[in-house]
Amino acid sequence: MNLPVTGEQLTFMALAGIAALMAVGVVVLNNPVRSAMCLVVNFFFLAFIYFTLNAQLLGISQILVYTGAIMVLFLFVVMLLNLGGKQIFKERRDFKPILGMVVGVSLFGMISSQLILPMLKVDQIRADNAYGAPQSIGKTLFTNYVWPFEIASVLLLVGIVGSILLAKRRV
Amino acid sequence: MQEWLEGLHPAILALIKVLLFVVPLLMLVPGLIWWERRLLSWMQDRIGPNRTGTITLKSGKKIKLFGLLQPIADGIKLFFKEDVTPNSIDRLIYFLAPAIALFPAFALGGTVPLGPSYGIYGLLTPIANVDIGVLYFLAISSLGVYGVVLGGYASNNKYSLMGGLRGSAQLISYELAMGVSLACIVMASGSLRLTDILKTQEQALWGAVPWLQNWFIFTPFGLLSAVIFGICMVAETNRVPFDLPEAENEIIAGYHTEYSSMKFAVYFMGEYAAMFVFSGIFATVFVGGYNLLPINWEYLMDSQWVGQFATLMHNLQYWLAPLVFLFKCAVGITFYIWFRATLPRLRYDQLMSLGWKNLLPTAVLNFIVVAIWILVTKIHSTLMGIVAGALAYVLLYFLFKSFLGATRDKPILQKRTLDYMPEPPKPQSNPVTGA
Amino acid sequence: MYDIRPPSVDWSMVTPVVLVFLTGLAGLLIEMFRPKQNNNSIVLTSLGGLAASFFVLYGQLSAEAGETLAGMVLRDRFGILLQMALVGVCFISILFSEGYLREKRIPFGEFYPLAIWSTMGGMLMVASNSLLMIFIGLEVLSISLYVLAGLSRAEQKSEESALKYLLLGSFASAFLLYGIAFVYGASGSVHLSGVVKAWATNHANTQHMLLFGMGMMLVGFGFKSALAPFHQWTPDVYQGAPTNVTGFMAAGSKIAAIGALFRVLSESVELSQAWLPALFWVAILTMVVGNFAALVQKDVKRILGYSSISNAGYILAAILAHVKAPDKIGANTIVFYLFSYAVMTLGVFAVISMNAKDGREGTRLSDLNGLWKRSPLAGGVLIVCLASLIGIPLTGGFFGKFMIFQDLLTADMTPLAIVLAVTSVVSVYYYLGIAHAAWVAEEGATPAESAPMNAGLQVACVTCLVGVFVMGIFGQPVLNMIGGIVR
Repeated sequence: MNLPVTGEQLTFMALAGIAALMAVGVVVLNNPVRSAMCLVVNFFFLAFIYFTLNAQLLGISQILVYTGAIMVLFLFVVMLLNLGGKQIFKERRDFKPILGMVVGVSLFGMISSQLILPMLKVDQIRADNAYGAPQSIGKTLFTNYVWPFEIASVLLLVGIVGSILLAKRRV
Repeated sequence: MQEWLEGLHPAILALIKVLLFVVPLLMLVPGLIWWERRLLSWMQDRIGPNRTGTITLKSGKKIKLFGLLQPIADGIKLFFKEDVTPNSIDRLIYFLAPAIALFPAFALGGTVPLGPSYGIYGLLTPIANVDIGVLYFLAISSLGVYGVVLGGYASNNKYSLMGGLRGSAQLISYELAMGVSLACIVMASGSLRLTDILKTQEQALWGAVPWLQNWFIFTPFGLLSAVIFGICMVAETNRVPFDLPEAENEIIAGYHTEYSSMKFAVYFMGEYAAMFVFSGIFATVFVGGYNLLPINWEYLMDSQWVGQFATLMHNLQYWLAPLVFLFKCAVGITFYIWFRATLPRLRYDQLMSLGWKNLLPTAVLNFIVVAIWILVTKIHSTLMGIVAGALAYVLLYFLFKSFLGATRDKPILQKRTLDYMPEPPKPQSNPVTGA
Repeated sequence: MYDIRPPSVDWSMVTPVVLVFLTGLAGLLIEMFRPKQNNNSIVLTSLGGLAASFFVLYGQLSAEAGETLAGMVLRDRFGILLQMALVGVCFISILFSEGYLREKRIPFGEFYPLAIWSTMGGMLMVASNSLLMIFIGLEVLSISLYVLAGLSRAEQKSEESALKYLLLGSFASAFLLYGIAFVYGASGSVHLSGVVKAWATNHANTQHMLLFGMGMMLVGFGFKSALAPFHQWTPDVYQGAPTNVTGFMAAGSKIAAIGALFRVLSESVELSQAWLPALFWVAILTMVVGNFAALVQKDVKRILGYSSISNAGYILAAILAHVKAPDKIGANTIVFYLFSYAVMTLGVFAVISMNAKDGREGTRLSDLNGLWKRSPLAGGVLIVCLASLIGIPLTGGFFGKFMIFQDLLTADMTPLAIVLAVTSVVSVYYYLGIAHAAWVAEEGATPAESAPMNAGLQVACVTCLVGVFVMGIFGQPVLNMIGGIVR
């Protein structure tokens, strides 16, 4: 078999294509729940791309954190607000979409122009087995990044105290 | 056989692995339904479905199959029932939701080993022996919410919506305690890989009795984790006593009120498959997976007295491993059914307070204790580790109790009434809206 | 498997931060078990802990600079000075908070831990060259402030303020994080030294990404320190939040955000010089918008909100002078101005906080009428601090503005200097408006009333008064203490 593309490229194209399509769907669709679902699928396929690159922990964190936790809350809020269909998201026609498009395209151009050249030199497709392993990430977290890690716990503490303070019904 | 498997293209091997996991799962679901109905009726002093599948021979002799064909009849009925689709629904999501509910149930078992990690089983199970096994399980199980929430939303029915909301709140709450209870086991075995967790359980019991296996349920922290995980597992699968999302006397049937015929059957199947796989995870993590008895046959093989017998058992266990695993799953399901026959449904506030105020603190306490135990064992000795762990249990228990006592006994309102607070101030008008 | 070796730690460098954190924790625990009567024990604990941290910092003032914890914590004179300022700001705010919270009927003992942790976030921000730490510190700082802004739950405008601050603040954090992500992607390092190295050695490979990331980060910092196109949240949030929180926010949050902004700009000075033209216009816009928008305001807290915007503009001008000519101009102007700004703005807010009584609070200009009759001390402090904000000689504000002016001329940025001078003249009008309301204007038919001054408020007021004068009259000794932090 002498295909013009390798299996890896084919896999990547399929995954990345769906992810990109879903990302477009998030912006284009009018129904907030459908937009959210597109974002979920997008995150999911991003995670799959990470899996193919041998970054399993990264991929599973993507699913665990974004798909499993954040998007569920997102969906929860959207449902509670019960936005009905198209009327609410109908925007006025003004310069904003065009401006956004220009900014987006220039950002895309900037990133791709900066990234493509260095990427061409890369000959190793995926990370080493131990690179993204939980053990090595844990080690890094508890050696070089132990201080930010601890401060992040303070951040969570502040968040907990604050949300209880603001949300408690009765003072 | 082994050579043949090794020679296969990895993609084909992967396909075989997946089929070997999913096909039995699909085939077992009807059996589970039959088992549930029979067992439930037995527990409730009824007869249950025992007729379907009675074969009458020409001689007039009847062969009874205990109603084993009932699920097939049910399946046929569900296929040919009228498929009612309400009018004002979100059509796309309405049709997708059951499929989304089914997906995590089947994907969950991707990292569960059905047999030992050497020989032919090493090639065939688990589907992916990745070093994030437990995390994978947690991640996929957290996706179970989507089927419930989307089904509830898309039906455009307030009872469905309520069911969906209840479901998502419940699943999110119990995920936390489940994750922390699993984290204890991960810490004790030093790996997220499920095969490694199993290997740890095959070591000597408490590090002292070499011919017994150290199943985590035999250790104090493992027992606590197992209890927490067991409760959370029932809540995650929306089963009695945590079936608030489909509480029939409150919200009709919850998120699947508007689903009929085959779509309902898909939801149903997803629930049973999830029960099955959760039981499998429980078996793998806490009760030694595919090992029938907590005995290290390999160690006993050298023994003079039982060496022959141990060799026999070892080989037997090797070849029967998947069956043993399935048996343990079946026991898990039996417990599910037992709960259903025994326990009344929780009230919503009870559900929340059980999850947040009891299970989560207990799981965290367990987590801290395991950490202390491991640390002291590493830097001192095993004995001191055990002592430190026991001490930590006692200390933390009283600490938690005193904290709870400080907040629970006094009503919050009374605590907050300061001497300079005669009456609450009136809300001022909003400068922006003028309201 | 368990052979994890933590990086070598110089504990003395993290002691102040840890002390502040533990103080907050102690406050929270006392809140849980405290006697039902009052918050005095929490206040005392907090003040004690902050004072201890302050003295530890003071002791390290001349310690040698260095980094620890894998480059996450940095100790240098600039960082220590700003940390001292932050701790001092928190100390003074807590001094006058208890009385205010009582009068305002806000029975939350959690105010103190949150304020202290917020200070801790700021301390982390100003004492690190790692973008990661700057971001996490900023989050600790701002999340506490979001909550504190909504502390007065009976008032709708407080909730409005908290919500606005939360939404815009998280938007700003997102910008900052996006920028950090780009900088990290382009340079492979979250540490500023790595970023500088990447900029210097990496010829046009990823330089655009670095520039873009830097721009995004500047937008984020601009939001946090209320620079002109990103300033809209400031007046609303300042007006709605409880006055003691506003005072803390105005002084503390500004010190932290400006400190981090200065660090980022000054460490990667070659990179940030590319952004100089844009920042130049931002500074002009900030000074102009802040001062001119304040002219039409009728609410003291809104006026002070705009005043905080214009002061951010002045400090940005000073930073730009440093970025333009890093060899000639050091950071001492910025540190000095931040010190004096903190003292004078806290003084004004301390006086304003007197207006709360029995759960109500008037913050319009007319509510200040007759203040000098009710409390001459408060009136005096108010007028001195306002004089300092205007920049009248003998006060710290004058000295600071003078130094900025000088720096701008040295760095050859005359347009900025002219704008600074002109807008300062404009600002006289609204500052005098406040002074007029407090000292000259006749009281209306229903005289405005305010709570009597308690000891904490008096101490806070006198501290600010003394601070303003010390900075104004003994400017040179203070500068000597700040030392030559010329890079």
